[in-house]
Amino acid sequence: MSTKDVMPQFALFQPTDIENALDLLEKYGDRSWKVAGGQDSYDWFKDRAKRPEAVIDLGGIADLHGIRETEDGIEIGTMTTLTEIVESPIISGSYGVLAQAASRVASPQIRNAGTLGGNLNQDARCWYYRSGLDCYRAGGNTCYADTPEGMNREHCLFGASRCVAVTPSDTAAAVVALDAEMVIRGPAGERVVPAQEFFIGPAVNITRMTVVEPTELLVAVRIPSKWAGADFYFEKVADRNTWDFPLVNVASAMIVKDGVVEDIRIVCSGVECVPKRIEGAEQIAIGSAPDAETADLAGGTASRGATPLNYNHFKIPLMENLVKRAIRGDA
Amino acid sequence: MAFKHIGKNFTPPDVRAKVTGKAKYSEDFRAEGMLFIKLLASPMPHAIVRKLDTSEALKMDGVIDVMTADDVPNIPEPQMPILTNHPKYVGDPILAIAATSEQIAADALEKIIIEYEPRPFVIDPLVSLFPGGPDVHDSGNVALFRGKAESYKWTARDFAAASDDELPRGKPQGEWEHGDVDAGFANAALVLDETFVVAGHPHQSMEPRSAFAYWENGKCYLHASSQSHTFNVPDYAKYCGIETEDLILIAEFCGGGFGSKGTAYPIATIPAHMSKKVGRPCMMRISRAEEYYLGSRRNGFQGNVKLGFSEEGRLVAADLYVVQQSGSNDSFPDYANAGEALSLVYTPEAMRWKGIPIATNTPPTGAQRGPGQNQLACVMEPLMDKAAKTLGIDRLAIRDLNAPKNDTVFGGRRSTLSSTYLREAMQSGADRFNWEEKKNESGQRNGSKVIGIGVGQAFHPGGSSGFDGLVRIAPDGKVHIHTGVGNLGTYSYASTSRISAEVLGCSWENCVIERGDTRRHLPWNLGQFGSNTSYTMSRTNYAGAMDAKMKLLEIAAMDLGGAAEDYDVGDDKVFSKADPSKSLTFAQAAQRAIELGGKFSGEEMNEDMHAITKASVTAMAGTGLIGAAKDNHPSKGLPPALAASFMKIELDVETGKYEILEYVGMADCGTVVHPQGLEHQIRGGGVMGIGMAGLERIVYDPQNGLPANIGFHQNKPPSYLDVPLEMDVGYVDKPDPTNPVGARGIGEPLMGCAAAALLSAISDALGGVYFNRTPIVPDMIINALADRPQSYKTLQVSNQ
Repeated sequence: MSTKDVMPQFALFQPTDIENALDLLEKYGDRSWKVAGGQDSYDWFKDRAKRPEAVIDLGGIADLHGIRETEDGIEIGTMTTLTEIVESPIISGSYGVLAQAASRVASPQIRNAGTLGGNLNQDARCWYYRSGLDCYRAGGNTCYADTPEGMNREHCLFGASRCVAVTPSDTAAAVVALDAEMVIRGPAGERVVPAQEFFIGPAVNITRMTVVEPTELLVAVRIPSKWAGADFYFEKVADRNTWDFPLVNVASAMIVKDGVVEDIRIVCSGVECVPKRIEGAEQIAIGSAPDAETADLAGGTASRGATPLNYNHFKIPLMENLVKRAIRGDA
Repeated sequence: MAFKHIGKNFTPPDVRAKVTGKAKYSEDFRAEGMLFIKLLASPMPHAIVRKLDTSEALKMDGVIDVMTADDVPNIPEPQMPILTNHPKYVGDPILAIAATSEQIAADALEKIIIEYEPRPFVIDPLVSLFPGGPDVHDSGNVALFRGKAESYKWTARDFAAASDDELPRGKPQGEWEHGDVDAGFANAALVLDETFVVAGHPHQSMEPRSAFAYWENGKCYLHASSQSHTFNVPDYAKYCGIETEDLILIAEFCGGGFGSKGTAYPIATIPAHMSKKVGRPCMMRISRAEEYYLGSRRNGFQGNVKLGFSEEGRLVAADLYVVQQSGSNDSFPDYANAGEALSLVYTPEAMRWKGIPIATNTPPTGAQRGPGQNQLACVMEPLMDKAAKTLGIDRLAIRDLNAPKNDTVFGGRRSTLSSTYLREAMQSGADRFNWEEKKNESGQRNGSKVIGIGVGQAFHPGGSSGFDGLVRIAPDGKVHIHTGVGNLGTYSYASTSRISAEVLGCSWENCVIERGDTRRHLPWNLGQFGSNTSYTMSRTNYAGAMDAKMKLLEIAAMDLGGAAEDYDVGDDKVFSKADPSKSLTFAQAAQRAIELGGKFSGEEMNEDMHAITKASVTAMAGTGLIGAAKDNHPSKGLPPALAASFMKIELDVETGKYEILEYVGMADCGTVVHPQGLEHQIRGGGVMGIGMAGLERIVYDPQNGLPANIGFHQNKPPSYLDVPLEMDVGYVDKPDPTNPVGARGIGEPLMGCAAAALLSAISDALGGVYFNRTPIVPDMIINALADRPQSYKTLQVSNQ
């Protein structure tokens, strides 16, 4: 059990440029571990539940850090801290949903050290998996959460495939709502992946949460100007008001013209292994006024297809209500 | 009575060290050649260790030794063992490894080969009570506090008689009854019959119970995280296998205990045993997860309460049955305390109590702030609301009608009280809260938000007697106040030490508190638990200081003429009442005491004191004027600690989340000794109550016996953002007649009243949904609002 609170030995590398980091990743492959802010990594190590041979600390790579304006929006280096995102005038001014999402991650201390890249790439919080048990996600051949007596209040409504864990990320919902593009560098060069395709469920790969291969590195998140200045909504419902993961959260971006919704993105975390686009609700909202009537109609469809587990059917009304609030734009 | 120190704020002497980080807790000590210990924790909820191979671990560089249950004194079940070959919960320590670094010790743990024989395990007490159900202990499933275990099984008929939503009720372990309960129900205008569950959450001490030990010249030096001091020395000595006088306990600071460090606990002696074995100092740092395993938790309740009310709201009959989830050790009597608390706080005209504590394969349990009384407050207060609303009575009025008065008798033994002003606390709190206006806001809607108004009250016994006070006036005139009570963090060790200064009429600046280390010659005192310190230690220090005062008066009479009663003390002097210019300074008097010897300087002493106090007096004999006496002040009735609170919340009907907008906490604790300390207690207890009622989750996988909550982020004690920024506090401040300064204790009910007020407010905001379950977490509220079934079964435990 995870009582140890003492890290095992590993080789620590502190590269100062991306190329060097990629060389190390290529050399160590799946025996390597990328540390961004370290807020999750060190827990894994102290619990001895993850035992990489080589730990690659990305903190010294200046190119991974900072917020830059581009021809079409902004580009955020993945080692930019969550606090920097919250405090960035351009993000809070034009892409406020990301600032709001970042502001609700964990606690102030964790946001000061935790990074956007780390938050987007974070692993599942299923407590069985985190206990170091030999579940599917840990390479074993069972799921402890999805049993007749499994304690699965925090687990998924959608997309179960042997594993029923959810994405715990607050910023993931926001980057999907903003149609962000994820810039990934690897041995074969650079590839750019839409945010919605960046996150993967257990049916695609049960041992990781994103498309990033062990030899690759997420270097930047590009946010297009399409949604700049849109009507944004973010709300996170968690047991506690700080230092907690969402039971469900919602991030939305909406463009309203002449009193009618022209385009909208609504995304929930905490309900599936990936941030879930609520496309049915989006389609109902488009072409209608963002009023209570539209909200009720669209929100009521948000949970369509949900297959709740023993302890999580409360997420159905909760996500429906959050989608309603996103369309109404008020709590 | 005008006091010089009592009722005044002051800065306790250890505050500066705490806020500057200089305070040294057990984990902060270092010694030459020190080794580090790591524990091997059971991965199974119940098993027997069949084979153990430590050879590979012992071959590793830096690994010094391994210790198992076979190497330490056997503490017979159902008490907590030091180490065990019969693990009874996931996390139960089986062996200890000592190595030159913590990392080597942790690496070595992975080289241990261990084979377990799994045993049937039980998380739910009712499963153990069912015919053929598993017993945690070899000798049974009912383990009384400090007693032996025996097996209780109810009949299948007992279970068949109850529906899935009702508590089955077979033979209890304990019961009492007074009055005609059945006639009370027959004549009642309203009868509530409710099944309830209260979770047994962990103590959540910020400082895990790390311990450090070494030996010198046959004596064991033990640094343990402890709420109490001298009270724990005999037990720690016993666990170490040595005589009391051979144990040096160092416990100057305690990073929170909330009951879990009130008495000695066996695992703290693991470094002492290892140190003896290997001949080097040993540090055992306890991780946060380990603290959740072996750091103790509250007893959980499954129960049923039947309440009969008259039309006016008077509680005419009550019938309480509590099944206690006691974990893997002997049971603290929460289940019995709950019965007593119901009887005292609501004074039913007739009452029946039954209860049974059942051992489960979950971590050891122990007293936690309001053990039984606070669970009872969580059960009863929302039901008092339900009764009031059903009968059309004001919720405050129904509490006032049933509240205890000075002549109340309570419990199975029909005990009496020393004094009680709960009604005054309720009324005064209602005035501060503006109850008459606020109650009309109940149910008001603003968009998706709805207002809930809550009220709560709680009780715990608030004091004890018969312990020893000890002061020494040194030849330099300094007053050394020796206190063995401990320092659990409330500063009551310091505020009650000021009683000595009050009695001796000396300035606080002239006083030195001697504490925190057995070598400082501490007296026999009760521990810091049970809300007792303000009452017990004010009596105790009064006794010790009065003894010193009498000796000062006698010396003055001897040297300056006249009789002792012609003299008084003040301004660090003993002086003639008739002619204050005739005086001796404390320094002069202390020097005279040394010259006089005998009783004046501790060479003779009262025989009725405890051996530990006598040893301390003897050690200091001849070094000053010694005041040492047992507290023989008369007692009459139980001194109660009582508290009331009021809360206003705004609950969002779309998310199930709420914000606590206002909080008023009120204390009835007799004369207030230290207002600032009391105010912090009211607020701190309030925060803890909010955690108990609304946040702190206990989840066990019933199939595998695995705990889900082994970190702060999983267990979820309240954060700053979950509690109100401002918490208003007040107190009755009426003296108790049985305490020389009028003080009573208070710590524990301050949590229960807040927990109850939050449950009351949530139910109020929901328009009268009573969950009969604590904690109430957001998913329960969301399901209630969406009119969906709850995910748990009525009597299910360890799932919220």
